[in-house]
Amino acid sequence: MGQFNEMYQGAAVRPPYARLEDWLAAMPQELRSLKQAEAEALFRRIGITFAVYGEGGDPDRLIPFDMFPRVFSAAEWAKLEKGIKQRARALNAFLVDVYGRGEIIRAGRIPARLVYQNEAYEKAVAGFVPPRGVYSHIVGVDIVRTGPDEFFVLEDNCRTPSGVSYMLESREIMMRMFPELFRENRIEPVDGYSEKLRRTLASVAPKKCKGEPVVVILTPGHFNSAYYEHSLLADLMGVELVEGQDLFVDGEYCWMRTTEGPRRVDVIYRRIDDSYVDPLCFRPDSMLGIPGLMDVYRSGGVSICSAPGAGVADDKAVYTYVPEMVRFYLGEEPILNNVPTWQCGKADDLKYVLDQLPDLVVKEVHGSGGYGMLVGPKSSREEVERFRAKIVENPGNYIAQPTLALSSVPTFVEEGVAPRHVDLRPYCLVGERIELVPGGLTRVALREGSLVVNSSQGGGVKDTWVLAE
Amino acid sequence: MLSRTADNLYWIARYMERADTVARLLEVGSRITLLPSAHGYRSEWDSLLQATGMAESFAGKYGDPVQRNIESFLFFDRDNPSSVASCFTSARENGRIVRTALTTQVWDALNTAFQELKVLERLPRSELELSRLTEWVMRHAAMVRGSIDATLLRNDGYNFLNIGYYLERGDNTARLMDVKYYVLLPRVDFVGSGLDNYQWTTLLRAMGAQRAFHWAYGGEVTAPKIADFLILNPQSPRSLATCSAGLVNHMGRVAKAYGRDTAAQDKARVLLAEIEGATVEAIFEEGLHEYLTRFIAEVATLAHAIHETYLSGEMR
Repeated sequence: MGQFNEMYQGAAVRPPYARLEDWLAAMPQELRSLKQAEAEALFRRIGITFAVYGEGGDPDRLIPFDMFPRVFSAAEWAKLEKGIKQRARALNAFLVDVYGRGEIIRAGRIPARLVYQNEAYEKAVAGFVPPRGVYSHIVGVDIVRTGPDEFFVLEDNCRTPSGVSYMLESREIMMRMFPELFRENRIEPVDGYSEKLRRTLASVAPKKCKGEPVVVILTPGHFNSAYYEHSLLADLMGVELVEGQDLFVDGEYCWMRTTEGPRRVDVIYRRIDDSYVDPLCFRPDSMLGIPGLMDVYRSGGVSICSAPGAGVADDKAVYTYVPEMVRFYLGEEPILNNVPTWQCGKADDLKYVLDQLPDLVVKEVHGSGGYGMLVGPKSSREEVERFRAKIVENPGNYIAQPTLALSSVPTFVEEGVAPRHVDLRPYCLVGERIELVPGGLTRVALREGSLVVNSSQGGGVKDTWVLAE
Repeated sequence: MLSRTADNLYWIARYMERADTVARLLEVGSRITLLPSAHGYRSEWDSLLQATGMAESFAGKYGDPVQRNIESFLFFDRDNPSSVASCFTSARENGRIVRTALTTQVWDALNTAFQELKVLERLPRSELELSRLTEWVMRHAAMVRGSIDATLLRNDGYNFLNIGYYLERGDNTARLMDVKYYVLLPRVDFVGSGLDNYQWTTLLRAMGAQRAFHWAYGGEVTAPKIADFLILNPQSPRSLATCSAGLVNHMGRVAKAYGRDTAAQDKARVLLAEIEGATVEAIFEEGLHEYLTRFIAEVATLAHAIHETYLSGEMR
């Protein structure tokens, strides 16, 4: 498989990157080092620290920032945008369905066991339809590219996709350091994100809410690796950043504790897991969460975003069926394709996977962050064999995909500039409207040849540009 | 604002002010020990610990109050919640939680103090002179305080910061004065002697108030003048009168903004009225130590009322 370079086609430069060639040529090594140091100092100063959902690690860690932007043309983005919105609609329709009548299961399009026996399926919300029928208000769709027109969805994040602060801050820093780039290129702005997010959250206020809804962000606290992001979003939206202890239930409503007494809360954008939302409902042993919140939620006293139970749609085993959801609920053909996926739980698939193991990527169904996975072509024979034993032991726990030749983008490295592999996570907002800011989080595998973009495994980030028409 | 946010701001102020006082205490202590004739009596360092209420936790960990251990305990020891290291770390952590309620300048000041602390902690103790350490603390405390005053919006958050500052400072001034009581207690005949005056001067110096005192009073340093300066004089920046007036002012602003006067405001006003009605003679008649002990208790009651009313989120 040939590898797709997003900037260069042989000696020719692809149009979206046209002006960057001059920019690069006009930047001597000394200036580059100076700018790189400046970028790092800016990140440190604003105190941005970051880890993609579930990756853990040092909360004060800086993720490497690469100054070479990743660029999409207006036409490329238009297609991506349509595909992402389509997917977000289908995923939400699926969630409403599986907590309702379960038509897709009755129709035999997805196995009942995958849904109802899924750990992420919340029986506590069965039969409840959240405001506007939206379960997942922020859908993070991880996308990889293998050619000019070949985009694939790697996974969906329907719960609390993180990283959007990097989209916002990378842009701020690039505009501060290279204003001339923004004069020469017509780059769509991304700073409308916080306003759109606020509007989205306000649009799903519960039915008992009268007047302007009070929105809050619920964080696990300042020890959480994404705390910076939570506080940035709260600040940009002008809403309170609360912890579980700041909220309580009284009567039919949820309240926050303020210096002026209790204040009613209408919409909670939670950045905590389902299991910590309400100890009475999910984890009697937990001290975290807000006792009684689920009763208020189910009686329309408060909205929770994303809705409890949304996780069943982004499970890696359910993922395989998303194109089917698009056809079933929307009557459309999927614009964005899945990566072909074999489920080791199926006998035929397992046989194929074990035969082709050195050529495949194998992942745990519930894993994330690039841990517990095998990249066949990059692994030694012993590593492949060790993994084979793990698959045989518990086949249902694994899925396999072909090793994709991820596209690459020029990246500043020790020796100068070299292509490195990238992926993309745009953030689709679903409320009264479905919206997408033109941009997203581009993660880059800084190690030569590496396909793993996770920040815990040597990944960095780039500013993502969408050019205006 | 969220009660927890107000609480975080209030504690940033209290921890910064406390670190400042602990540094000043170290200064007082080391200067008192430089006085040869004080030896042979009750250890001055022990007096210092008694006055701050930290004697027991110190004895439990270190035993005898020798200077090096006291320095460790008051400056570096993370087990001691009032050590400079603990205070700077807690203030910075509280600041990180409410990062968006602070300006970049305030955050920079808090963060810089913390980062430099980490550097200091790695240096060998032999390279760290006490006077350098105490100066360093006071400089950073002043930088945080200054950036708050220069850059922060005058909203309720600003008032809660100031309430924290004045409360802690009033309490700390009372405790610093009380060190004198513990040092002198065993030898009443010292009162009015040259030694007595030396100790009072040391106390003034530790509070950075020696020159201000001379401007305000002139002449001999006497106990009544000092008590007047540190308790009753509204011009003195650390006096109990100044701190109480600051509390009344900022709590009044909160009450006005929220359109509700509470029992906490009442308590603050009573505290100020008592000081404004007091005389030096009456204080010495009651006994300076007794007076200060009573003041410290009243400040604690006020702190409790502030917590209940605004910071706990229990107000319905």
